[in-house]
Amino acid sequence: MSSGGQEDPIKGDKGPSQSALEESPENAPASLDPEVQVVGARQGMFGVRGSGDTSGYGGLRQPVVFPAPSRRPFEGWHEEVAAALDTALAGAGVEAQAVEGVVVHRGEITFHVRREALPAVAKALRDDPALRFELCSGVSGVHYPDDTGRELHAVYHLLSMTWNRRVRLEVTAPDADPHVPSIVATYPTIDWHERETYDMFGLIFDGHPALTRILMPDDWPGHPQRKDYPLGGIPVEYKGGTIPPPDQRRSYN
Amino acid sequence: MSTDQHADQQQDLYAGTNETTEGRVFTVTGQDWDTISQGVAEEADERVVVNMGPQHPSTHGVLRLILELEGETVTEARCGIGYLHTGIEKNMEYRSWVQGVTFCTRMDYLSPFFNEATYCLGVERLLDIEDQVPEKAQVMRVLLMELNRISSHLVAIATGGMEIGALTVMTIGFRERELVLDLFETITGLRMNHAFIRPGGVAQDLPPNAIGDLRDFTALMKKRLPEYAALCNANPIFKGRLEGVGHLDLEGCIALGLTGPVLRSTGYPWDLRKTQPYSGYEDYDFEVQTWDTSDSYGRFRVRLNEMWESLKIVEQATERLAGLEGAPVMIGDKKIAWPSQLAIGSDGMGNSLDHIRHIMGESMEALIHHFKLVTEGFRVPAGQAYVPVESPRGELGAHVVSDGGTRPFRAHFRDPSFTNLQATSVMSEGGMVSDIIVAIASIDPVMGGVDR
Repeated sequence: MSSGGQEDPIKGDKGPSQSALEESPENAPASLDPEVQVVGARQGMFGVRGSGDTSGYGGLRQPVVFPAPSRRPFEGWHEEVAAALDTALAGAGVEAQAVEGVVVHRGEITFHVRREALPAVAKALRDDPALRFELCSGVSGVHYPDDTGRELHAVYHLLSMTWNRRVRLEVTAPDADPHVPSIVATYPTIDWHERETYDMFGLIFDGHPALTRILMPDDWPGHPQRKDYPLGGIPVEYKGGTIPPPDQRRSYN
Repeated sequence: MSTDQHADQQQDLYAGTNETTEGRVFTVTGQDWDTISQGVAEEADERVVVNMGPQHPSTHGVLRLILELEGETVTEARCGIGYLHTGIEKNMEYRSWVQGVTFCTRMDYLSPFFNEATYCLGVERLLDIEDQVPEKAQVMRVLLMELNRISSHLVAIATGGMEIGALTVMTIGFRERELVLDLFETITGLRMNHAFIRPGGVAQDLPPNAIGDLRDFTALMKKRLPEYAALCNANPIFKGRLEGVGHLDLEGCIALGLTGPVLRSTGYPWDLRKTQPYSGYEDYDFEVQTWDTSDSYGRFRVRLNEMWESLKIVEQATERLAGLEGAPVMIGDKKIAWPSQLAIGSDGMGNSLDHIRHIMGESMEALIHHFKLVTEGFRVPAGQAYVPVESPRGELGAHVVSDGGTRPFRAHFRDPSFTNLQATSVMSEGGMVSDIIVAIASIDPVMGGVDR
């Protein structure tokens, strides 16, 4: 993640105060460690890194890089949870690849779980005495249109009141096959949350007791929170002018 | 349609019937229950499905209830929501990180500061500046959140009272809420939708008269809060309507994900302010309030007691603020801190002339920072964060995802009203129609938060 590189030996006595990478890391080339998760590319006019072109006219593209999977052992209680989960999954006869990777970032731990294994992982997290994640804070969808083959992500936040810990589960599904198993059987509270995620992203939660739209009208076409959902512009009463949809306006993103 | 029915409809414009493929449908408004009672008597073996809301004064907002009745007993209850869906989460993806606050403050309109706080805490965690938020900003956040908890609980109790016919509870509840809103207006400039808590701190410093106003408020509330206890706690009608209604035990709460006063009314002292403190809550002296009856009456008493605890925190925060005069309220990092302070001018609140002189006449760097932050905004490192806070209704959290850009890639709010409303069926099935109103009022859902 960090791209600072080695310590600069001359820094501290007479090094320039502004040019060092440590001083302004946003000018450093984006780290492209093969381990990091590239989930897309962003195009825009500003925010160039790693290229001399700051004019914005070069069609700037830069990869969107998410924090890389962390290596064992993790810090503090994160290691306890990961180890307990491994033991619980082995005990439940779940294949070893159920957890694809673990990211510890900003003190939060994320388990990237294969979607087939999600119900077993959720059940192990809830029932194992060393884990005891009793409360599920719901599921949130995220749509990464450039993350080919894993466009739709479903993100679950779990809370252990016994141990006072939180973990995050993340599963992915391709746009072509937007199915994720439901975990309503383990966490009844996620009923409406899964309906909302279906409504907003079109993620189909297999095994949900009544997967219908919840916020949008029943006959609504499309799933509004997807990044490819068409947004409306605003017609203006001046010589046929329009205000373009927000995703087509000039932006600094 | 037969001619008989046609004649009926002409006689009674407000209570017509018509045949559908699913049976006879009665349209009943106002007091015209004759037609429906007659019709039900004719079809005694049929189930009656009553649609209550979404425009109904007792459903606590635009909540639609679909009730299956047997006599006056509810056999099945389902909620229809989405009438207040405004796409706030989607809108936030097309605005800068700071502008996101302006959107999310409008979700749960009775607890705007909690929406802002959980979002800003998430953004601050992604920026890795959690430790750099100045002390005064933290204290002001706590102060505003606790004042907001008082005003939100007052509305919960007031509207809950109104819905069962206790109008005095409503009038005094809104009378005291007005005092809190006046304080909000003094401190933030607005009574609702403040957009005051920003990533990195808060928008403005305390105005000079705020400390005095806060001290007057706590003194007054100490006289006023006992009135609620005197009016309701042992009131036989109030207790008769609330006790044993909307029962949900600890196991049910955990399974259905209920948090906040509903969870604490089962006797389980789970409060994120104590268990996972944020914004410096560990420095304040207060108790987690619980009750042991798991019913609507318990939830009422928990809310009443929590207002006392909030008042304790407000007092402590006021004293700390009195000693922090002139301290910064925004992070020192000029690449994140919102640059402009507002000032009161002859034509109302507007740009601070001192700030304009500084950027236009004194510092080119300040001008650049101002321009970059206002047009482009700051960039947030890629990643995701979830920092929940204890809102008046339970665990409120924002799942904030950044792709490294100047706008949220995704912001999803786990709203406690949305989650808690799922308990409507289990709290009200088997009870009377009138008890549904009490059960829902005890959950205290705010539809702006449910539908977002």
